[in-house]
Amino acid sequence: MALYLSDDQAMLKDTVAPFLAENAPVKHLRTLRDGKDAAGLSRDLWKQFAELGFTGILVPEADGGLGLGHVEAGIVLEEIGRNLTPSPFLTTAVAAVDALKAGGADLRAQWFPRILAGDAIIALAIDEGAKHRPASTAMAAERSGNGFKLSGKKQFVLNGHIADMLLVSARTGGSAGEEAGITLFAVPRTAVGISVDVDRLVDSSLSARVTFDGVQVDADAVVGEIDAGWGPLTRLLDAGRLGASAEMLGVGGGAMDMTFGYLKQRKQFGRLIGEFQSLQHRAAHLYGEMEGARSIVIKAQHLLDDGDPRAELFVAAAKAKTGKSCNLAVREGVQMHGGIGMTDEYDIGLYMKRDRALNEFFGDSYFHADRVARMNGY
Amino acid sequence: MSDLEAFRVETRAWLEANCPPEMREPVRDDDDACWGGRNFKFKNPAQKLWLETMAARGWTVPDWPKAYGGGGLSAEETKILRSEMAKLGCRPPLMSFGIWMLGPALLKFGTEEQKLHYLPQIARGEIRWCQGYSEPGSGSDLVSLQTFGEDKGDHWVVNGQKIWTSYADKADWIFCLVRTDKTNKYQGISFLLFDMTTPGVSTKPILLISGSSPFCETFFDNVKVPKHQIVGELNRGWDVAKYLLGHEREMISGGGLGEGLASLGAAFPDAAANEPVLRAEMAMFDVETIAFRAHSERFMDEWKTGRAHPAYSNLMKYVGTELNKKRHELVMAAGGSDALEWESARSKGGAKPRTWLRTKANSIEGGTSEVMLNVVAKRILDMPGA
Repeated sequence: MALYLSDDQAMLKDTVAPFLAENAPVKHLRTLRDGKDAAGLSRDLWKQFAELGFTGILVPEADGGLGLGHVEAGIVLEEIGRNLTPSPFLTTAVAAVDALKAGGADLRAQWFPRILAGDAIIALAIDEGAKHRPASTAMAAERSGNGFKLSGKKQFVLNGHIADMLLVSARTGGSAGEEAGITLFAVPRTAVGISVDVDRLVDSSLSARVTFDGVQVDADAVVGEIDAGWGPLTRLLDAGRLGASAEMLGVGGGAMDMTFGYLKQRKQFGRLIGEFQSLQHRAAHLYGEMEGARSIVIKAQHLLDDGDPRAELFVAAAKAKTGKSCNLAVREGVQMHGGIGMTDEYDIGLYMKRDRALNEFFGDSYFHADRVARMNGY
Repeated sequence: MSDLEAFRVETRAWLEANCPPEMREPVRDDDDACWGGRNFKFKNPAQKLWLETMAARGWTVPDWPKAYGGGGLSAEETKILRSEMAKLGCRPPLMSFGIWMLGPALLKFGTEEQKLHYLPQIARGEIRWCQGYSEPGSGSDLVSLQTFGEDKGDHWVVNGQKIWTSYADKADWIFCLVRTDKTNKYQGISFLLFDMTTPGVSTKPILLISGSSPFCETFFDNVKVPKHQIVGELNRGWDVAKYLLGHEREMISGGGLGEGLASLGAAFPDAAANEPVLRAEMAMFDVETIAFRAHSERFMDEWKTGRAHPAYSNLMKYVGTELNKKRHELVMAAGGSDALEWESARSKGGAKPRTWLRTKANSIEGGTSEVMLNVVAKRILDMPGA
């Protein structure tokens, strides 16, 4: 497969881009933020996503979805990134959907129709510390009745306060640091024993710390196999990491385009600042970094869609590379805008904030470079 | 099975049956590679056999038309051939400026007679070419070149000097930029081909910091060049040269990495295990390498279907060469004092430090990184200013 968008994919982009630019531009984020919106996102917009078919992109055709791949999901995510749109798309329609593909018939029948209809929001309860280390899961899932009793704490659960369901990694065996012994659970957010402490993050998104105090779930809440949740968790994480990478292409690309536009209209010392070679070189370098990120993302999307065994390595490389490139784009963006870039009124700072959050989500560049090294045998 | 899948299966089987085991070892250095040409001495029978077998199939230049010695493969088939060769570790059968640079220019600008005459010879590795672009006063600023061809009716008489002519001392023919009109800076340059044994041509190697060099100074003293050996129109050689430079950049950016496509940390397990900061740098470098490999693949996909911006090769040249320099800095750091050895047999004649030093030229030759960034800023990003 060639590493550019097919005609069908280009058509999808032509649908997604104007839709998001019109219905959820950066102003949409500002309105939610300034109004201290308790949900932190628009359920109406999520409904519209469903009506346009976006929420079913990765849902298999047998389950009523479009049965498309990560290239298509990435098209939506890039535009979400470009517009800084608050949306549960990444967690619900990408990461959760890929995990639920490993779920039993009951779980699929319960959640896929609601996702397709834009009625369900799913949050990911994976991280237990400030840094993403999924293997170090310590949260306990003890056998109880016909199911399990969950006890422990999770943090960085984006949209955890409004989610209908939480995908929770917990330990049914082994000990912290081991991949074996982890089980993935689908837990209704309103289950008895769950308490949620919500915080607004630097990028205006709402994130929860969730406490599970002996939360009783049935055996059919298990996604995949008991003790072998690392499989569906890896699918969830790979989809999420690559999705976050695609979103960062949009964040970095949006910041870059805004900055290049500014270089072409801002005058200092009687000249357009874009005429200065020092800035031209930095602009060209940044462009190269973002193009490199775009290439590894589409390559990784193809490999993940093909079920290629190299996908995990390429996804890790994609998250590490887009993390670095997007971060460069927003830092150069603020710097090249000068003083105006520091104002709240101007959008470039919002891009820097979103970059910081997306870099941290699903593991930062250091985490993924380390994984690349391990997968390369050192 | 799709046609392409069938092609992949057949190609793998054919390569397995025909590529000699000696030609599945990585190329150690330039001297170890097959360059072809009238005076080339094959290192072993396998090298000769591999070149002849591939040339007979047209697979030294798989995507050229069969009429010109090529394999007539589509872009997708060519990609499959390259990936299957990479999987089996097959060496390129031929290293050739004729294939990488002159051939594409001839395909686009050559007359039918020129194509039928030169291209099959290039495909079979019979003529080794060098490039006469740079002059002592004209590096990246090629339009300032001074070598002059005086019109003598049925031929030109060329006088002047070229510099940085790679392998000029080993080449059979040269493709050369020559001023044929002194009044027009841009449209006064022609693109000429001539035999290096023509009376009046002489070469002198240039010793570099790496202790050796593929580079030469090349002098022209009343060199007679027949008129039919011009490519493209008179005084419009710049069009040919620019097109060819795009291919040169593609070659330097991708080819420069070569063995560098493998994991750096895996190649230096001791350093990776015991030097945590260096390991971290190597890990980041591996990320960049994987990204660059995907970037090159995407660029080739877009380039071959006309999707890529014409100046995109400048970007790839910049990214690839800076990355290769970084790689060899890390190779030296990981190698420690072993990597400093310059003349011992153990160090293979100082291959590591010499390669490290050689790579410093990557961001100078074929246009400096700074010139590449200028071109990207102006032509792709449309930044203001002349």
